[in-house]
Amino acid sequence: MYLLTWLVRLKDRGIEGMKTFISFILKEAKHILRDKRTMLILFGMPIAMMLLFGFAVTTDVKNVRTVVVTSSMDYQTQQAVELLAQSEYFTITTTANTPQDAEQLIRNQKADMAIVFGADFAAKSLGVQFIVDGSDPNMAQQWINYAQQVLLSSIPSKTGAMTEAARGMSSFVNSKMLYNPQMKSAYNFVPAIMGMLLMLICAMMTSISIVREKEKGTMEVLLVSPVKPLLIIISKAIPYMVLAFVILTTILLMARFVLDVPLQGSIIWIYVISTIYILLALSFGLLISNIAQTQLVALLMSAMVLLVPIIMLSGMLFPVESMPQILRWISAVIPPRYYIQAMRKLMIMGVGVEQVAQELTILVGFTLFFLGLSLAKFNKRLE
Amino acid sequence: MTIKYLIQKEFLQIRRNSFLPRLIVVFPIMIMCVMPWVMNMEIKNIVVDVVDNDRSTMSQQLVHQVEASNYFIFNGQKDSYQSALKEIETSKADVVMVIPPDFEKDMTNGRMPQVLIAANAVNGTKGSIGGAYLSQIVMSSGASVKNAEGYQAQSSLSDVLFLYNKHQNYKVYMIPALFAMVLMMMCGFLPALNIVGEKEAGTIEQMNVTPVSKWAFILAKLIPYWIIALFIIAVCLILSWAIYGITCQGPIALVFLLAILLALFWSSFGLIISNYSDTMQQAIFVMWFFVVCMLLLSGLFTPTRSMPSWAYATTYVNPMHYFVDAIRTVFVRGGNFQSIAHQVFALACFAVFMGGWAIQSYRKNS
Repeated sequence: MYLLTWLVRLKDRGIEGMKTFISFILKEAKHILRDKRTMLILFGMPIAMMLLFGFAVTTDVKNVRTVVVTSSMDYQTQQAVELLAQSEYFTITTTANTPQDAEQLIRNQKADMAIVFGADFAAKSLGVQFIVDGSDPNMAQQWINYAQQVLLSSIPSKTGAMTEAARGMSSFVNSKMLYNPQMKSAYNFVPAIMGMLLMLICAMMTSISIVREKEKGTMEVLLVSPVKPLLIIISKAIPYMVLAFVILTTILLMARFVLDVPLQGSIIWIYVISTIYILLALSFGLLISNIAQTQLVALLMSAMVLLVPIIMLSGMLFPVESMPQILRWISAVIPPRYYIQAMRKLMIMGVGVEQVAQELTILVGFTLFFLGLSLAKFNKRLE
Repeated sequence: MTIKYLIQKEFLQIRRNSFLPRLIVVFPIMIMCVMPWVMNMEIKNIVVDVVDNDRSTMSQQLVHQVEASNYFIFNGQKDSYQSALKEIETSKADVVMVIPPDFEKDMTNGRMPQVLIAANAVNGTKGSIGGAYLSQIVMSSGASVKNAEGYQAQSSLSDVLFLYNKHQNYKVYMIPALFAMVLMMMCGFLPALNIVGEKEAGTIEQMNVTPVSKWAFILAKLIPYWIIALFIIAVCLILSWAIYGITCQGPIALVFLLAILLALFWSSFGLIISNYSDTMQQAIFVMWFFVVCMLLLSGLFTPTRSMPSWAYATTYVNPMHYFVDAIRTVFVRGGNFQSIAHQVFALACFAVFMGGWAIQSYRKNS
C-alpha cells in the first residue's frame, strides 16, 4: 500500500515518459490487489507450504509401534523393554508370544517392528532379532539403527569384559553430523520451497496475466498506446517481481523464526542470487506468454514444463544422485536445481560466496540465455 | 433410462475432445515408466573423502575397505580435515572420515583410537544413513583386526529380518503410491474441470432446462470416471509387472475395490469444486491446493507417525491416508480383507458422503 502511494507521488513529479510507465505499473498492481482469490493463493500458498514441509513432512524416527516377543519376561528383558518404551522413538504396543503372531500384527498394520528376545537374553545379553516392516527401506534401516543404539545402552555394566568391549566398540567411531546436528528435515526443504515458489509465482502468474489481456482483447488497446510494447511487458513484470521479493522475505522470516532454520550465510548474497533467479523466472513467464494463446494453455504449460520437473528432478524431494543417468542429464538443465543447491549452501551450510561460484555462473548463464530468447521472440511477434 | 444416454453423452464428450483420450491413456503409462526411477529415496553414491593421519598398514586396509564398498564413491585422500571440509562445502564430497595418528598402535595396544566421521547432514536421512554405514565398515574392520569378543557380541546382538521387501527395493514401496497419485490426478482434476467447463462453454444452460434430475445428472458425470479409474489401475498393474516385475502380494480384487472407492471420492470431490467455481482457473487452483495438502499429509512420502500430533490428527479425515495405508498393506505386505477392513470402511464413508454432497451442491437454477 505504501509502495503504491509512493508510486503515485513519483508519477506526479516524474517526466512524461516515466509518468506513463509508472501508471502502467500502478494499473497492473491494482489488477493483482483487487483479485481477492488470487491474493489469497499467492500468500496462503507459501505459508501453507512452509508449515506443511516444516512440520508435517518429516522423516524423523518417532512413535514406531513395536511389538515385544518374548517367552520369558525376566528382569533383564523387562529393563530393555522399559528403556525402549521410555525413548521417544518407540512405543511398545503389545507383547506377542511367537514371531508368527508378531508378523501378523505387522501385516495388519498394527505394528511397524517386532523385537524378539531370545531365551538366553538375560544370561548372555545376546540373541535379539529385529523383525521389521521393510516396505519403506530407509525408515526400516533407521528404526533398526535407533533400536540397536537403545538396546546397546541397556546392557548393564556387568563385570564381564565382554560387554565392556562392546561399549568400547561403539565409542571407537565418533560420528558428527555437520550443519544439521538434529537432522531436521526442514533444513533440507526450505531452500527447495523457495526455488519452487519463486518460479511458480513469477513464471506462472506473469504469463497468465499477459495471456489474459490477449484473451480478453485488451492487449490490443495497450499496444496502440504511445508506450513502447517492451515497456508494457516490463511494467507487467515489475509488480510480480516486487511480490516475489515480499514472498521471499516472508519465507526467510518464517524459516528463521517459526521453523528455527538458521540463516548462516550472508543475507545480501541470498538476495542477490534470488534476484537473478527471479529474473530467470520472469523471462520464463514471458516466453510462455509468447507461445500460449489462452490462459488454460499457459496454466498447463507452466504446470507441465515448470512445476513437475522442478518438484521431481531438482533434488527437492528425491536425491538426484540415485537416479539413472538419463534423468541426471535432464536434471542438469533444470535451473532451479542450481538455485536450490546454492541456497542450501548459503543458508544452511553458511559457506562464503566463492563456494557457490559455480552455481552462480550457471544461473547467470541461464538467465541471460532465457532473457535474450524471450526478448527476441517478443520483438518478432510484434512485427 | 435417461441415465444411460447421459453416460453416453459424457463418453462422447470425452472422446471428441482432442486432448483427453490421449491424456487418459498416456499419462498413466508415462508415470509408471518414469516415476519409479525418480521417486527413489534410496541413499547411494555417497562420496567419501578420507583423511589418513596414520598411514599405517591398518589404516590403509580400512581405506581400501571403504574404496571397495560399492555403496560409496571414493573421492581420494586429503591432507587435512580442513581441506576435506572444503570439499564438503563445495558439494564435491558428502562424508569425511578422519583416521587419527597412531591408529594402528592404539588399536594393537587395546586403546580406543577415535575415528571421526563427519557427514553433511543438510539432507538428514542421507547424512545419518551414510554415516551409519561408514561406521559399520570401520567397526567391522576394527573387529577383524582386534579379534575382540566385544564386536562379536554386538554383531550377534543385532540379527535383522526385513519383511516384505527383502532386497530393500524402493520401487516396491513407491509403486502403490503411484497408483494413488495417478488415480488422484485423473479422477480429481478431470471432474473438477468438467462442470465448470460446461459453465464456461454455456452448455450447462441446456442441461438445466431438461427434466433430468439432479442425482441422475451427477451420477452420469461420475460413472465414466469410475470406469476410467478401473482402466487406469489395470494398466498400472500390468505395467508394474511387465517393467519392474513387481506384482501384487495380496488378493488383486482388493486393489480394484480400493481404486473404485478412491475414484468415487475424488470424482465427487472434483465435481463439488466444479460446482462452486466460476472459471476453470479457479477450479484448478482450489483443486491443486487440496491435492498438495492431502498428498503431503497422507504418508505417501514420509511416515505419518513421524508427524507432530496436530498434523497426525488430520490424517483421520484424509481419505488419501486410508488409501495409501490400505494399498500398501495389500500390494506390498500381502494383507487380506481383514487387514484393511477398517480403511475400506472409512473410504466408503468418505465416498458416500462426498457423493451426496456433490448431488446436493449442484444447482439447476443459476
